[in-house]
Amino acid sequence: MTEPDAVVSVRDLRKTYGHFTALGGVTFDILRGETFALLGPNGAGKSTTIEILEGYRDRTSGEASVLGIDPGTGGLDWKARLGIVLQSTGESGNVTVREQLTHFAGYYPNARNVDEIIAAVGLDEKAGTLIRKLSGGQRRRVDVALGIVGRPELLFLDEPTTGFDPESRRQFWDLIRELKHEGTTILLTTHYLDEAAQLGDRAGIIAGGTLIDIGRIDELGGAEARIPLVRWRQDGVLREERTSEPGRVVASLMRGGREPDDLEVVRPSLEDIYLGLVAKHEADRELEPVA
Amino acid sequence: MSTVTIPRLPAGRTLRLGASRIRYEVKTYFRQGDSVFFTFLFPLVMLTIFSVAFSEQTFGTDADGNDVSAAGFYLPAMLAAGLLLSGLQNMAIDIAGEKSDGTLKRFAGTPLPVLSYFIGKIGQVLVTGILQAALLLAVAGIVFRVPLPTDPERWLTFAWVFVLGVITSAVLGIALSGLPRSGKSATAVIIPIALVLQFISGVYLGFSQLPEWLQNFASIFPLKWMAQGMRSVFLPDDFKTLEVGGSWDLANVALVTGIWFVAGLVVCRLTFRWIRKDS
Repeated sequence: MTEPDAVVSVRDLRKTYGHFTALGGVTFDILRGETFALLGPNGAGKSTTIEILEGYRDRTSGEASVLGIDPGTGGLDWKARLGIVLQSTGESGNVTVREQLTHFAGYYPNARNVDEIIAAVGLDEKAGTLIRKLSGGQRRRVDVALGIVGRPELLFLDEPTTGFDPESRRQFWDLIRELKHEGTTILLTTHYLDEAAQLGDRAGIIAGGTLIDIGRIDELGGAEARIPLVRWRQDGVLREERTSEPGRVVASLMRGGREPDDLEVVRPSLEDIYLGLVAKHEADRELEPVA
Repeated sequence: MSTVTIPRLPAGRTLRLGASRIRYEVKTYFRQGDSVFFTFLFPLVMLTIFSVAFSEQTFGTDADGNDVSAAGFYLPAMLAAGLLLSGLQNMAIDIAGEKSDGTLKRFAGTPLPVLSYFIGKIGQVLVTGILQAALLLAVAGIVFRVPLPTDPERWLTFAWVFVLGVITSAVLGIALSGLPRSGKSATAVIIPIALVLQFISGVYLGFSQLPEWLQNFASIFPLKWMAQGMRSVFLPDDFKTLEVGGSWDLANVALVTGIWFVAGLVVCRLTFRWIRKDS
């Protein structure tokens, strides 16, 4: 059974194309007000999952509930409560930023103020510019603006910051924090692990069509994956030691009385943990006997 | 799964959004340079070419013995061509493009009703079609000195042939938009269809000069009837002896075009999807 209090609830979600299994049984919930990051390599099943939940694809089997509705049958009333930022920006856009947002705002019963959104995505100076004349990153910001214009309860962000410069990305993060503050539930996919760490409350890592880990961002991979690494150079050779007592290891290195070369204590970042989990998953799969 | 009550969207928004879509569509249409040239101004360009090229020829005389000029002869044909270009060609290429550039996928994720989208498209064709016809009539009357009908009954015929023709053409364009496999191939697929139809339907070549089997074949399609309806408005009445059967046959103009309109609606209803789901 799907979880009734969850905004998104998915049980054993499967999607196959002929003999190819894109999703091999995925289960997770997203609670109200939560920002959930879906991470994983290209082709792992992130977009398939998100597009099933947006109603763009039909699932092969399993259960899915989005705002209490089966996304395969959601009508216009349901869509009015969603905000969708798709992975690709396509349209040529023979309208200005303000015209486009004003037009789309008309689709929603409780739309946001257009000028406020334009300011929030940092396009004030481009409000009167045709969308096709904007840069890739600026168009992406129009996509984000269109995704939030209807004041959605649930916002889907599929790789939203592709093509952003670092400053725009920071600005985007502030915007998302603002939306979180207003209570918006967010499902985010991204390749930028720092972005997931900045914005996500919880994350799921998907690889080969299955969830290989799920949990709070600072608990992913378990305590094991967070053991620091002490690294130094001895006789010209790079040495490293994984230890939960880095201080003791460093102290023991000092016993010779000589400062060790290139000494550092490294705590694994989310990116290290993520790469470790995905690599382990790949290795495990190769060991499995071929059915 | 638990049931959740969802606030209903206000009634009447389909029409309100339809009107909003018409404004949006007309605005973007005129900002698209190539569509303005190839669909909006094209009949005018052709009328000018024919008028200049055949300026020394006469195309018969009216009841008072005045010569019918090339411009006068080709005006109804170009009005019919305008119906086909503004409707069928423009719609089919436009929607095929919107399918492949992600516009329709974006709509699929919003609470925009499909019907509002259709209202927007058909409204755009109607508005641009009216402007196009007005421009053609103005240039024909003022520049090429074509005597325009004064009989109100003829203008009434013009009105219903025009409205029925432009709406049918738009609906058929929406129905045909599923044919091209991508937006890039749309012009290559649609323009030849429109061009062949124009040649066999008495737009560029006099219909009476075509072999009988080709006339019969062309009579299946609505363009031949739209062109015939337009000729009945703008050519001297005794020109009807040149038509198949020796009359303007307005009943069949209405019938055949009407059948295509209904058939087009059915195809749109059955085949149009915002996106192709892959299952």
